[in-house]
Parts: sequence; C-alpha cells; structure tokens
Amino acid sequence: MKVELSVNGGQRTVDIEPRKTLIDCLRDDFGLTGSHAGCEHGICGACTVLLDGEPARSCLIFAVQADGYEITTIEGVAPAPGELSVIQDAFCETHGMQCGFCTPGMVMTATAFLKRNPQPTRADIVEAISGNICRCTGYGQIVEAITLAADRLARANMPRGDQG
Amino acid sequence: MKPVPFDYVRPGSLEEACALLAEDADARVIAGGQSLVPMLAMRLARPARLVDILRLSELSGIRNGDSRIVIGATTRQATAEAHPLIVGKVPLLKIVMPWIGHAATRARGTVGGSIAHADPSAEIPLVAATLEAEIVVQDVHGQSVIAASEFFVGPMVAAIPLGALVREIRMPVWTQPRIGTGFHEVNARHSDFAFVCAAAQVGLDDQGRCTACAVGVGGLGEYPIALKEAAAVLIATTLDEAAITDAVEAAMAKVDVFGDLHASADYRRRVGGVLARRALIDARRSALDAAQ
Repeated sequence: MKVELSVNGGQRTVDIEPRKTLIDCLRDDFGLTGSHAGCEHGICGACTVLLDGEPARSCLIFAVQADGYEITTIEGVAPAPGELSVIQDAFCETHGMQCGFCTPGMVMTATAFLKRNPQPTRADIVEAISGNICRCTGYGQIVEAITLAADRLARANMPRGDQG
Repeated sequence: MKPVPFDYVRPGSLEEACALLAEDADARVIAGGQSLVPMLAMRLARPARLVDILRLSELSGIRNGDSRIVIGATTRQATAEAHPLIVGKVPLLKIVMPWIGHAATRARGTVGGSIAHADPSAEIPLVAATLEAEIVVQDVHGQSVIAASEFFVGPMVAAIPLGALVREIRMPVWTQPRIGTGFHEVNARHSDFAFVCAAAQVGLDDQGRCTACAVGVGGLGEYPIALKEAAAVLIATTLDEAAITDAVEAAMAKVDVFGDLHASADYRRRVGGVLARRALIDARRSALDAAQ
C-alpha cells in the first residue's frame, strides 16, 4: 500500500504493508534510526515522535494512518546539521542519560511538553515523563536536563543583561 | 511484536464505514488505536481488515444536545479534557482525564475507543457507568441507543452489535446549583491500569442537601458499575460521613469482585469501598466549595 508521509519537513513516499507501524517505517524504510523501538506495544515511550507537534507513540500508529500529519522525529529537532536543540544540549550537559536507549523518546516528550508548559514545576516534569521508561533508572538527571532546558528556553529571548 | 497481515481501508463516510463492517465479520474498527494496536501487536486481536474511522467528520466533536453533552466517538481524549462543554457540564469526565494513559496516548486515543474497548478498570467507562450515560451505536440499518448499564457486559466486551460501531456518547448534564466530583484510583504507577477506581458526582441544593448522587466503582469485576442503591440512599441527606460509609458498605457487600495476581478479591472489595467513600466525601466538599 502506497503512502505519502511528511517527515521532518520533507515528503516521502513508501510502498508498505498496512501492518507496518510508523516506527518500523521510519527506521527500516527511511533510515531514521534515531527513534527507538522498545516494547512495541505502547508502554515504554522510546519511539515517541511528534504528530503535528503532539507527542505520539510511533509503535501505536500504522504508517498508512500517518499521512497528512507533520511528523517530527529526533532527527528533526536540531536547528541545523551538527547542532543540537536547547533540550538535546541540556540532556548532554546534565548527562541526562545512561545507556541512551530512552533518550530520543525523552527528548521528544520534553520538546512537546515544554511547548505546552514553559514554566514547569519538578512535579510537572516527573508527570510529563511518566510515560517514558528509563530502565537504567536515570530519572534524576533527566528531570535535571528538562529543568535546565526550561530555564534556558525561558530566558532565550531576554536581553543579555537580564539573563542572570 | 508484529501484527498479523490485514487489509486497511479508510472509508470516506459513515455510511461507507457501516457498509464495510456489514459485509465483513472479520473487520475491526480502528480510530486512535491506543488499545487496539497493542492487542494487534500481541496478536490477541487478528482482524482480516481494519476500517479506519478516525477522520470521519460525522464522528468527531462535542456538542450540546438536549440535557446531554454529546461526544462524538472519535473525539480525542486530549480534546475532551480541555473542551469547555466537558469542563463546564460533565465535570466528572474532566477530572478523570489526567488518569488515562499519558499525554502521548491521550493525544491519539479517542473517547469512543475507550468506551468500545470496555476495559473493566478504565476511567471513561467508569464515568459512563456512574453517570448512566447512553452509548449510540450505528450500523447499516441506523442507530440505536444503549444504556451504559447494558453496554458493558464483560472484560473488554461491549454490547456493540456485529457490524456496528460506536457513534457517540451522551453524557447527562446535571442542573443542580452546586455540583461536586471526586475520583480515586489505586494502581502500580501513575496512569497504569487501575486495580480499583471509584468516581462520584453529587448535586446539592442551597441548604447543602443532596438532590442528586452518582457513585461507581471500576476494576472490581467484569465491568464498571454504578452503586445505584448507595446513591439512592444518600439522596436528601447532607452527605455526612457516617451516612456515606453506611451506604457504600451496604452497596459494596453485593458487588461481584474478582481477584488476580495484582490484588485479591478481599483487597479489591475493601479498597473499592474506601475509594468510593472518599470520592463521595471529595464530591460533597467540592460541591460546597463551588458555591462560595
């Protein structure tokens, strides 16, 4: 079955079986292996991508259902090749990862979350990532990363003198 | 974790969707997919064909109908959570929403999908049972209305006739001057399946006397149930704690409860009663607060 998908700003056409999930299509057909396939039944959050800016588990949607959405993967969040988004950078700086398997899902979840809630409390952040499992149990630094990113994003447009 | 092969069709109209379901007993409806796709992945469901109704405009949206709020089946849970008609007129549905899955699943999952999936511990079916909602199902012959108390018939089994789909859910709107709600749940981690959950909505008159009462429990048996006897006993009282405790205890003694690895039947019955009591106490308190 032919489907045309809009991924990270580009159009791609692919001929696939209806049973192929979006995560498998992204990884196998488009070579976008940044999104990780973990549990493949909607529990772990490692495959989280954005559909029209909203977080979605790409293992819980078939690729043939995903036409018409603007799909953003972890490969699409950096402003330019070789650069990192503010959130990615914060994950590096605080070392908000151990093995790194959950990291793309965490970053995508945080990306959508901080757009909706730019000034989160710690409890808000913990709730926001409660659907993303880190089996290294490195949640402390992940929360720290999102806190740092929120702070930097909030101050990004302030005049230099006010940035503290 | 890959589903069996299936055909995928996306009908352009509700009529077409019903015709597709009528001609193929092995077809299943898919919308948000947040419950069905895991079942497909684990091969607990093996349909020959998926009929995708998510983009049918007839099935989406929330409107004000004749003493009820009508929620189109494919309305996203995240949309319902923030919708002014739900926030203003179906407050019990509003307060359970944060307990359903996570932001990523609520952004895709639909209200009708949760109803049709009929998980005995799910929050939206609990609200539908508690408030005595009506579920409208549609097939090629037309639509019919099923009371929530008749709709949920077993774990993951709803009384949707073969070849029909859930079209809309009609939630009753209460008109008492003061309305309050309460909801409690015990689970393993936030937004995981509830072992036990309980919901209550009460309406008070200007003297603080209860003029409308609904309380229900989920996760205890094969489907969520309204504790109608308890609600009836509490009408015309001031909902003091002793009255609530007696009413809930009497009603809970008659509920069929199952046990499993997560929680024994005794635990579920006891916790179900405690949560129902707390939900009623919270509902009364929030109704009194709402008046100030």
